[in-house]
Amino acid sequence: MKEQNWEPKIIAFVCNWCTYTGADLAGTSRLKYPTNVKLIRVMCSGGIDPVFILKAFERGADGILVSGCHPNDCHYNAGNFHARRRWTFFHELLDYLGIDKNRLQFSWVSASEGKKFVDVVSKVVNDVKAMGPFKGYEELNNEFMTEFPDVSGVDESMILKEKEGEAV
Amino acid sequence: MEELRKHAKELLENKTVAAILGYVEVDPKRTRPAVITKPEDASKLVFNEYCLNNLAVYLTKARIKNIAKQNGAVMKLGIVAKPCDIHSVIALIQESQLKREDIHIIGMNCHGVVKDFGMEFSGETLASKCVPCESHKPLYHDIVLGEEKQTPSVSDEVLAKIQAIEKMTYEERFEYFKNEFDKCIKCYACRAACPLCYCQRCITDKTIPRWIESSPHSRGNFSWNVVRAFHLSGRCIGCGECERACPMDIPLSLLNRKMAETAKEAYAYVSGRSLETPTLVGSYDVKDSDELFM
Repeated sequence: MKEQNWEPKIIAFVCNWCTYTGADLAGTSRLKYPTNVKLIRVMCSGGIDPVFILKAFERGADGILVSGCHPNDCHYNAGNFHARRRWTFFHELLDYLGIDKNRLQFSWVSASEGKKFVDVVSKVVNDVKAMGPFKGYEELNNEFMTEFPDVSGVDESMILKEKEGEAV
Repeated sequence: MEELRKHAKELLENKTVAAILGYVEVDPKRTRPAVITKPEDASKLVFNEYCLNNLAVYLTKARIKNIAKQNGAVMKLGIVAKPCDIHSVIALIQESQLKREDIHIIGMNCHGVVKDFGMEFSGETLASKCVPCESHKPLYHDIVLGEEKQTPSVSDEVLAKIQAIEKMTYEERFEYFKNEFDKCIKCYACRAACPLCYCQRCITDKTIPRWIESSPHSRGNFSWNVVRAFHLSGRCIGCGECERACPMDIPLSLLNRKMAETAKEAYAYVSGRSLETPTLVGSYDVKDSDELFM
């Protein structure tokens, strides 16, 4: 069935200055890594609001990676230090609420660590593959669809309406 | 009680404060919050085991702040506060929402309050927030009133429940909290009752983009309760007002207490205890644990 060919959906929130550049290096160095991961580039790991994570889970992500510059290497000096405290709480909270710790992982990858980026992504993909699809949020989504069958489940406000030329 | 009334009357007569936030009696086992502005009304003030409200929530409200603004000058506001309410005031001052010099804290010695109005005060009816409480004397104050009495000692049920939840599997935990959050009707009473939820515009009210779905279905409820708990992590002082305000009896203290325990374990920090230290999530230390990161 579907289960056999199932491939996890992984969303990676990466910072512009280190991890994104590291991922770029992995690409230009022709290093191979699983294609399950979709990168979302943000300016700083300190700028990733935990609601981004929740939204990604709502939209069907099976696992999430958050990655930024190594401590002391932040482009904005302290962004990753602030992030570190916040993520400690958020990770603990999600774990307590019943979301496996391995579904949300964190790393520091610098611009020169293309190889490390490949290792980190492979680890996350393997961990999530071992756990299987994220049933918890799927259940919430199904309940939403039964309760509101007319709504597609996608927030209209989140879609960039390019055709009408409307700004979001 | 007499000394409280006398002190309040003096403050209002001398124009030391513009108003006093305090409790007045509704019936012998029920009180309500009140703003006292006239010296003759000071005799209505009471303090007992039925003073459940955390009055610090009013200090950041525009309507209350306006009372203190008289003839272009800002006067002090007086507040009758239990030791735990004072922790809220400290947290608000730490987060630059208040100035210490604008507040006159009438600290009350406290030996606990009841779970709900109408109950006889005893170990059994002791509010769950009072069970682990260690501060029975006001930390910061302008005057301390009230007699010191022994708090009944009872077992900590909230902590026991948290430990029981931690022993569950991930699926069981998710199911448990999903069912609890399912009850939520998105009335935001938890937000309104919280002294530290002072944002002018809450993230759940933001619609472009709408991060948290506003209709009360399980998916939106889950997001809201996660975000509420997260935004209070390392800040919540554990006054328990959110849980008391919740009309659907969602055990919010299970979340708040857990995050407070996390702050204690990971950073040895307890919220609202010192005016000298910066807030936990508003500051950082380069030596913080790096365990979480690959």
